[in-house]
Amino acid sequence: MAVEKTYQEINARIKAGKAVVVTAEELVSMVKEKGVERAASEVDVVTTGTFGPMCSSGAFLSFGHAKPRIKMHKVWLNNVPAYTGIAAVDAYIGATEVREDDPLNSDHPGEFRYGGGHVIQDLVARKKVMLKATGYGTDCYPRKEIETEITIDDINEAILFNPRNAYQNYNCAINLSAKTIYTYLGVLKPHMGNAHFSTSGQLSPLLKDPMFRTIGIGTRIFLGGGIGYVAWNGTQHFPGRNTGEDGTDYGFAGGTLSVIGDLKQMSPRWLVGTSMIGYGATMTVGLGIPIPILNEEICRYAAVGDDELYAPIVDYSEDYPNFKSSSLGFISYAQLKSGKININGKEVPTAPVSSYPRAREIAATLKTWIKKGDFLLSEPVQLLANADSGIVANSLKG
Amino acid sequence: MAPQKVVLRFDAKISDQPVIYKLVKDYDLVINILKANVNPQKEGTMVLDINGEKAEQGIDYLRSLGVQVKSLTEQIIQNEQKCVSCGACTDICPSGALYIERPDMIVRFDSDRCVVCHLCVKACPMRAMEVCF
Repeated sequence: MAVEKTYQEINARIKAGKAVVVTAEELVSMVKEKGVERAASEVDVVTTGTFGPMCSSGAFLSFGHAKPRIKMHKVWLNNVPAYTGIAAVDAYIGATEVREDDPLNSDHPGEFRYGGGHVIQDLVARKKVMLKATGYGTDCYPRKEIETEITIDDINEAILFNPRNAYQNYNCAINLSAKTIYTYLGVLKPHMGNAHFSTSGQLSPLLKDPMFRTIGIGTRIFLGGGIGYVAWNGTQHFPGRNTGEDGTDYGFAGGTLSVIGDLKQMSPRWLVGTSMIGYGATMTVGLGIPIPILNEEICRYAAVGDDELYAPIVDYSEDYPNFKSSSLGFISYAQLKSGKININGKEVPTAPVSSYPRAREIAATLKTWIKKGDFLLSEPVQLLANADSGIVANSLKG
Repeated sequence: MAPQKVVLRFDAKISDQPVIYKLVKDYDLVINILKANVNPQKEGTMVLDINGEKAEQGIDYLRSLGVQVKSLTEQIIQNEQKCVSCGACTDICPSGALYIERPDMIVRFDSDRCVVCHLCVKACPMRAMEVCF
């Protein structure tokens, strides 16, 4: 008989301490051994995880009012500008913003040692952060300047809100040019001297529910070491399938999530300020999503292993910067993780930019939370657009 | 004479003295300050590159003031609190000192194989590779 479970049934089992929870990695071998049907009937929840640099991250901060009041017009946190065009004492600190005095790429490659992601990490580490703000003065907000130390506990709200995280799949980046290049995927050596990739593959949340059968608005997740929620689809959410030149299907790609959570309960271990040499500052985010095994189809998707998941190989010296479609082929995550791949007859060393050990730790942590009964699954209020939706990306003219 | 790297440690009572000035002026030395942590009325450290004929006399002068002077061997260390085992350094490292231990995908550092080229120091996105003197 076909397996059909509901969120309510699974949550009842979690509350009773009887839920069967496995990590996505464990499910891969379980299905190879027992088959999809048995695994789907036995397993209630599969946990996933990813820990990589995720631009399009940041936090809303509401500082509280000073005496006399100031309507902040410009705001800096440890000299990193935050956007305050929201309200008098509210600001958004973005992960990729850098210090006012950062030399950027003037002495190429720039180091980008401290940015918004580092500010967020310092805040969750409960370190003191210097807040500076200026205002133009109004009748109701007369003050024009304030400089004071804050900690995350001193301010009223700190809400992590990342408009685009958890990319479903990502490029394997190489450099075909004759000089070293510095990219958001790390340092790429000339003449295909190395290849970088940044996905946790068989542990990656959106590769494990690739058709968005369970992940949607309101899904409760592991975010930055605490609890968060899927707020919406991410920006640049273009769910689709990768297809080779000969029409071969290389699986799903293009989905993204926007996620939200109370920064005050997160941890500096899982939100890490990150500096990509020659590129900029960002933040490495820990994110994990539980997938309820409602039926066999969901189980089959969640059980796909690294040998059946593929990344497109893209040249970052010429094709990517010029927005040209690249046709260098596809490579499996099993091969990428082995440390060497073969591109056009050349052996190329590989390295990840996202941490597989940390992704594994996230999936294991989420599993522990669920097994203890601390973390219930939430049924999405609305599911997100998937590969059947036919969303096409727009590009800028000019 | 080849330049030499030295690390100086001095106690609070001499931290406000212009010792570098004296090395330049009285001993005609070319000094490059590689690292300095000097605060008034506190213990301090400084790492110098010293070049000149009278380097040894200059170092004796520092010692006569009570400054501890040691020659320095630079080392790279992996700060395990900061390293997240992403792996981005492992194919940048030219000597194989940084590598991924499979199947767990953990980044390891074998300092015996390190040639102190500093490539990892800037390539590490978490700034977990540190120069240690």
